[in-house]
Amino acid sequence: MERIGDHAVVGNGRAAALVSRGGTVDWLCWPRFDSPSIFAALVDDGAGRWTLAPAAPFRSERHYLPETNVLVTRFITATGALAVTDFMPVASQEEQRRLLLPDHELVRMATCERGTVELETVFEPRPDYGRVGPRLRDAGGLGLRAETRAGLLTLRADLPLAIEPAGRATGRAVLQAGETRHLSLSYADEWPAILPPLGAPTREALARTVRWWRAWVGQLRYDGPGRDAVVRSALALKLLVYAPSGAVVAAATTSLPERVGGDLNWDYRFCWLRDAALTVRALFGLGFRDEADAFVSWLLHSTRLTQPELRVLYDVHGNAPPRERTLEHLAGHRGSRPVRVGNGAADQLQLDVYGEVIDAVTHFVRSGGTLDRETQRMLCALGDEVCRSWQGADEGIWEPRSGKGHNTHSRVLCWTALDRLLELHAKGHLCSAPVELFERNRAAIRRDVEEHAWNARLGSYTARLGGEELDAALLLLAWYGFEDARSARMRATFARIRERLGARDGLLYRYRSGDSPGEGAFGICSFWGAEVLALGAGSAAEARETFERLCRLSNDVGLFAEELDPGTGEALGNFPQAFTHVGLINAALSLEQRLRGEAPLTHAVPPRAALEEADA
Amino acid sequence: MSVGSWLLWGFVATIVLTTILAGTQGLRLTRMNLPYMLGTMFTPSRDRAKLLGFAVHLVNGWLFSLLYVAAFEAWGRATWWLGAAIGVVHAAFVLTAGMRILPGLHPRMASETHGPTVTRQLEPPGFLALNYGVRTPLGALAAHAVFGAILGAFYRLAGG
Repeated sequence: MERIGDHAVVGNGRAAALVSRGGTVDWLCWPRFDSPSIFAALVDDGAGRWTLAPAAPFRSERHYLPETNVLVTRFITATGALAVTDFMPVASQEEQRRLLLPDHELVRMATCERGTVELETVFEPRPDYGRVGPRLRDAGGLGLRAETRAGLLTLRADLPLAIEPAGRATGRAVLQAGETRHLSLSYADEWPAILPPLGAPTREALARTVRWWRAWVGQLRYDGPGRDAVVRSALALKLLVYAPSGAVVAAATTSLPERVGGDLNWDYRFCWLRDAALTVRALFGLGFRDEADAFVSWLLHSTRLTQPELRVLYDVHGNAPPRERTLEHLAGHRGSRPVRVGNGAADQLQLDVYGEVIDAVTHFVRSGGTLDRETQRMLCALGDEVCRSWQGADEGIWEPRSGKGHNTHSRVLCWTALDRLLELHAKGHLCSAPVELFERNRAAIRRDVEEHAWNARLGSYTARLGGEELDAALLLLAWYGFEDARSARMRATFARIRERLGARDGLLYRYRSGDSPGEGAFGICSFWGAEVLALGAGSAAEARETFERLCRLSNDVGLFAEELDPGTGEALGNFPQAFTHVGLINAALSLEQRLRGEAPLTHAVPPRAALEEADA
Repeated sequence: MSVGSWLLWGFVATIVLTTILAGTQGLRLTRMNLPYMLGTMFTPSRDRAKLLGFAVHLVNGWLFSLLYVAAFEAWGRATWWLGAAIGVVHAAFVLTAGMRILPGLHPRMASETHGPTVTRQLEPPGFLALNYGVRTPLGALAAHAVFGAILGAFYRLAGG
């Protein structure tokens, strides 16, 4: 079984496939990210895969075509070189009106670049997380068909395919230099299938796809350090946006382990409100206004049924995710059991989500958006809920399964919620806010945090009020404007975090506790470290050096999982992880602002004296 | 022939038939979608095809209901079971002959023998429309039987 970081991702804004260095599609869920899998070899060798690679031994290298999500894997054998191009076709709206295009298609093109290469493909679909061994049927010119309960899979290829027992098809072809073979796997669940012909139409689909991605990247505004890493992160993030609703899923996979062989395996194919503010800032910051607007609309729409209470996570259409259950028949990624689908964190209480959602809406307004009266009432109701609940305990940002506590980060995010509501009111976007109530509670939260979350003996803010432990999420106190990154308290907190949670090359663990023993350094926390330096806790040079070192820790195609093993550099956890790439983008944006001498985030951070005076 | 009664119950029966077929599609019993298939005769755009196809399907339903009404008038009586029986024959015709000749009529439908081409990429229905799922014939039979039963039950004969 290939490792997590040995994979690259292709997708079309509704589903994503993970392709290994060996040319195998090891993960694919259709029709959407959280649907049951078609291929799941990433979590069990018998749960389906599709290989397209030379029959002879090879070494491989790969890259994305510049500014696209089109993957090219180059196989070098003793007799020649073969390039396999993998992509899910995308098209502009005008092209969709003009052309009949499949809803779901994965295209693979193999071109012999040099010498002679024998190509081999092995197609083993195992729908429903490997539980179904479909019967393959040869439908002649219509390809190989596998009718499943979920829909129809059609594999078409311009090389001969033979159906073997146990739902498997294989094909071989000897390619001379310059020759190409095309393969298309499509899925139809609701309509008669669209079956695109192979050959020139496949190459046109590739050209359309490349054009579409490059036009999308053309909107990106960023000229700071690590531009390639930022572009790749934006492209990875875009692959995790569910286009029909604007939701951003946390990752494309479930149950890739935070510790190989361990049980820290969760389903991340849902949308966490926790990620909202950071994601919206990343999208607006890079100039992707449509995606940012769509995500804010999804936030407001998805939370409507539960307001004024907010759930921790939702599915791509704003429904509660399915109940968490384990798939006992799957062996797990390199023995990491159990494999879970659904997510039990949905039942947790996280008070920080109020601040994250309201801050995301504030970014939207700062970028020129307006709020209708219903949304204004909804925001005020969220503010009322914060005033009622901020003193309570919650599970906190990291969703530990060990119980509730008074988490500093959650409390600061309650402060953020009220602070942003007051900002929106002051700017005329919130007509009937209970200003006095919000101001009183905001001041009370600040006092509470400053008095009880600051540990003078340690010289740092702590993860929980009155506690001794540290948490990298404390770095966000500067991000949300609760503390100035240049303040003595913030610098001291950052120093303690680096001291206690730091690993090599700027990597940071999120915390050190019994909740997650043996997990790797956390991707986004590490980028928070680079960002807090950029915001003023360190020099610009130090921020840049840290950022660039972290960027070099991606896999060979620029992708990050949730975590990294600081010892081996191995990617850990679900993949690719939106949160990590959001962290990279935000750190880059803050660094770019710092290097240009611009003001950091537009969060106002009034001097403490002024705040105390106001509170008095 | 009672034109008013035909127009009203032909419309109602078509709407019910469309609803049943859409229901079987929504319940994943079939991938057959007649409005979509009809609409793609005129446009490749998915959204426009659905809208246009629905209009064409509605007119088709009215026209087909004319045959039912003609049969009722010829027999001098209209009952739900007579209508349902015509519906079953109608469905059998659509599933066998109709689906067989559709790839020849449809400018965007691929052929089973030659596979898809640049202009013809829509999956053909095949015998009994089984390409769209093994339960497709049952859904189509049920929908057409209900279509006929509504006409038979509610259509008022001209002399009645």
